[in-house]
Parts: sequence; structure tokens; C-alpha cells
Amino acid sequence: MSDGHVLVARQLTKRFSPDQPPAVDGISLEVSRGEVLSIVGPNGAGKSTLLQMLLGILTPDSGTVRIFGVDIIRHRRRVAHLVNYASTDLSLPYSLSVRENLEVFALVYNLPQPGQAVREMMERFSLEPLAKTKVGRLSTGQIARLSLAKALISRPEILFLDEPTATLDPEASAEVRQLLLEQVRKEQLGLVYTSHNMREVERLSDRILLIESGKSVACGTRDALYGLFDCDNLEAVFIRSVNQARQDRRRDENADK
Amino acid sequence: MKMPTNDLESAPVESLPLTRPPVPLFSLRPLAGILLRQVYLYRRSIPRWMEIFYWPLLDLLVWGFLTLYLRQGVLPGTTAAQALLGGLLLWDMLYRSQQGISVVFLEEIWSRNLYNLMVAPVTPYHIIAGAMMTGILKITLSSGTAILLAYLLFSYSLFSLGLSLIPFVLCLVIMGWALGIMTTALILRFGQEAEVLAWGVIFLFQPVSAVFNPVSVLPEGFRQIAFFVPASHIFEGMRQVLSGRGFSWLQLGWALVFDLLYVAGSLFLFSRVLKRARKVGFSLKLGS
Repeated sequence: MSDGHVLVARQLTKRFSPDQPPAVDGISLEVSRGEVLSIVGPNGAGKSTLLQMLLGILTPDSGTVRIFGVDIIRHRRRVAHLVNYASTDLSLPYSLSVRENLEVFALVYNLPQPGQAVREMMERFSLEPLAKTKVGRLSTGQIARLSLAKALISRPEILFLDEPTATLDPEASAEVRQLLLEQVRKEQLGLVYTSHNMREVERLSDRILLIESGKSVACGTRDALYGLFDCDNLEAVFIRSVNQARQDRRRDENADK
Repeated sequence: MKMPTNDLESAPVESLPLTRPPVPLFSLRPLAGILLRQVYLYRRSIPRWMEIFYWPLLDLLVWGFLTLYLRQGVLPGTTAAQALLGGLLLWDMLYRSQQGISVVFLEEIWSRNLYNLMVAPVTPYHIIAGAMMTGILKITLSSGTAILLAYLLFSYSLFSLGLSLIPFVLCLVIMGWALGIMTTALILRFGQEAEVLAWGVIFLFQPVSAVFNPVSVLPEGFRQIAFFVPASHIFEGMRQVLSGRGFSWLQLGWALVFDLLYVAGSLFLFSRVLKRARKVGFSLKLGS
């Protein structure tokens, strides 16, 4: 393993248009086995762009992403089996049943015993009663559970989740959160997670990366961030850090003029 | 713990009057809203504008050229009918082959699943290869049924083409794959807006594929274009076999050469689109 981490990203920068500021600007991060890193920032801060680069499907202008020491941008196929992803923006084929979807992904990830992997995931995520139900007939909460089952069926070493509970009610969110924590602790997988739910981030994260306008504002444990921004909850940290970053940027822009 | 109850349930209810009248059933403004939605849609969409003119023009060309051919009366009635049915059955194979690839990608886009596959340890080329295999199964089923029905209903056997049927079908399927890959590349590049291409692009080739009429009845410009279309050589070859003039290796050779060029071109386009997508990002939603 490189540097004792499953994931190491250095100085990632991505600019989509030459006359716009970079969507991601020099962000570095690392994730260890069994660690939850939450990426938090306002809408348009660059979280999804950062995730796409970490997943190796978006080429950065500069910087590197290494998973188990392998450059995922250049050699994605060498480590793609160790990575998985789920997002509220994605779904799974509606006309396939829960079991059929998991069977497809068990094969796509080349699992040696696909049938057993499907059974395990259905049991772990309480999906057995829905085995024959088509995805199109599932509730949002059930789809979220199925997406997690799909994301974990390949036994990833590192899992990326983009706002997995954004569309869920509080009870379903708590259930998903509990399942996630169990998986992280049991399987010792690294989890990179984005969410706008600050209470959830507080409960789930080992470390939190705050970003604003594509730049890293701060990164640390929950308590370290409370201390840094002199706050007693993450929502206050978020608001204060974002405002501070915006003020700093405006000051820099004025100084340039 | 006793839950609070609503004491007002039994109280007499006096509702406030409507603050604004309902929208009249025959009001023009909501209708204008629906119309405006379509105007906005078309204002920004070249593929949708193309569709308006595309089908009438192509239908006119295909049926116009067929009329010219029938007017010449070169082939005896039975052979002409055989050529028409044979052309129809083989054309359907080309169409299914192209659709096989495009629709596989579209289904993943429609179900918002493409991104799940992009992050999996498979490449887009795996998806294409899977689509090709699915396409062959679909062609076997659909064309098998059509061939059987043609025999039962019209006493026409496509197998009257003999062994030449095998290379003919192979060449058409390869051309379909090439067009399917090209269409998929355009859908990935321009988003779901370009999905009309999945259903329509193949028909752009129909007037110059000489499906129902020989190349010789086409106007000069169309004849020159037809030379570069693999299907035109196959359908010319089919008519040659049916008219008893034997199998043309030259036509098959040209069809194979252009098939290979089409496949190479479509794979090149597909790889460029993927490279660009990795640079500018894949859309998670891919919608209109």
C-alpha cells in the first residue's frame, strides 16, 4: 500500500473553461483503511468534479490520484475492481428486479461466486423480500439500499458515495448510515462521502474536508474543525468557513486590482 | 402518552372563498405554455429540426427510386418480387444490427445506469462487444421469424440466395455495427437529445444502399455516393444472384473493404468521444 493509505490524491486541479476559475484547485487528500472522509462544501464547490477525478473517469489538468499506489487516471483498469461508487443521481435498470440487478453487477465485477455474493448482499441489506421486485417499483429508500448493495457487492477497498441519503427521510437515512458504518468497520474499507446533511457528516466522519470554490478550506477531525473555527457544531463550521473563504477570495481579488 | 386530538374536527367549518378564479378550460395561455415548451425544445436542437424534414425526404427518395426501377421493367415479375422481399428481409438485418448497439447504450442512459458501468472494471468496448452479441441473438430471432413468415405467407425463401446469403448477412451486420458505434458516439457526445439518431441514422443510408432498386436507376451523384456504401454492393450482389448471373466476388470485396473502413472510422470516432468525455466529464443525468 502506498504511504499506508488506500487513496492518495495530490494537487488535483481541473478547469473546464479558460475564462472561468478552476472547478477544483490544488486539492490533496488521503484516505486510510477503515476511515471515513467526508467532503463538504456548498453547491458548485467542486465536490462532484473531485469525485469524478478520484474515480479515474475525469482527467485532471494536473495532479495525481493513486489507489494502492496505482495511478487510477492512467491505469484505471488495474484498480477499478477495488473501487465502487453510488450516487443519488444514479439508478439501476428499472425493468430488472433487485436480484437480477445484483446478479449483473456481480458478473460485471468478475466475482468468483456471483450467486453467493448476491445472497449475502440481499441478506445484509434486507432485500430478500424484494428479490423479485423490479427497481421501477421500489421506494426511494429501497433504491438507496439496493444502490449500496450494488456498491458493496464487489467488496471494494474504497467506496465513493455522492449524497447517498439526500432523497431519504430521517428514518431511512439513519438506517443507511448504520449500514454504512457497519460495513466500514467490518470490512475496513475506506469511504469517501459527500453530503449536505451536516449532522450526518458529524456522526459518520473520521475526518472532514471542507471545500469552497474548488479549494480546500480545511481538513481535519470534527473536533479539530470545531476548534479551528471556534464553533460547536458542523453547520456553524460550514457557514463560518465558507464565509471566511469567500471574504479571503474577495480580498485577494481586490488586492490584484 | 395521549396524542393531542384535533378538537376542530366536530366544529362547523367555514371555508374562505377562493382568492382567485380557476383557470378556464379553454384558456389559451396554458396552451401557449405547452407550445412554448416545444418551441424552446426545437430552438436549441438541430437533431429535432432534422427529423422534421428527414423522414418525408427519405421516403420520397426510396419510393421514388423504386418507382423508376419498376417503370423500367428490367426483371421479370417473379424475380422483381423476390428482389423486393429479399431486399426487405436483408435490410431488416442491417437495421437490427445497428439498433442492437445504439439501443443498449440508450437503455443504460434511460435507466441512469451508464455511470455505474463507467466506474466498473469494464471498458466501453466491453459494452459494445456485449451489445454485438445481443444484436446477433436479436437478428437471429427477428429475422428467423420474418424469413419463416415470408416462406409461409408468400412462398418466398431467402435461402434461394444459396450460400451467398452467409457473406451478404455478415457484411450487412458489420455495417450495422459500425453505424451503431457511430450513433452511440454521437449520443455520448451530444446527450439524449441525439437519441433520434439511434432510430433514424440508418435510413439516411437507405436511398443509397440500393435496397429495392439497382444503383443504375439512381441519379449520378447518388450513384457515386452508393459506391462507398457497403450495403449497396450487397444488394446489387443479391439481385445479381436472383437474376441468375451468379455470385459477384467483386461486389463482396468492395462491401468488405468499406465495412472495414466504416468500423475503423466509427471506432476512431468513439475513442475520440470517450477521450473528450474524460476531459470535460461525463454527465450523470444525460437528459434533454
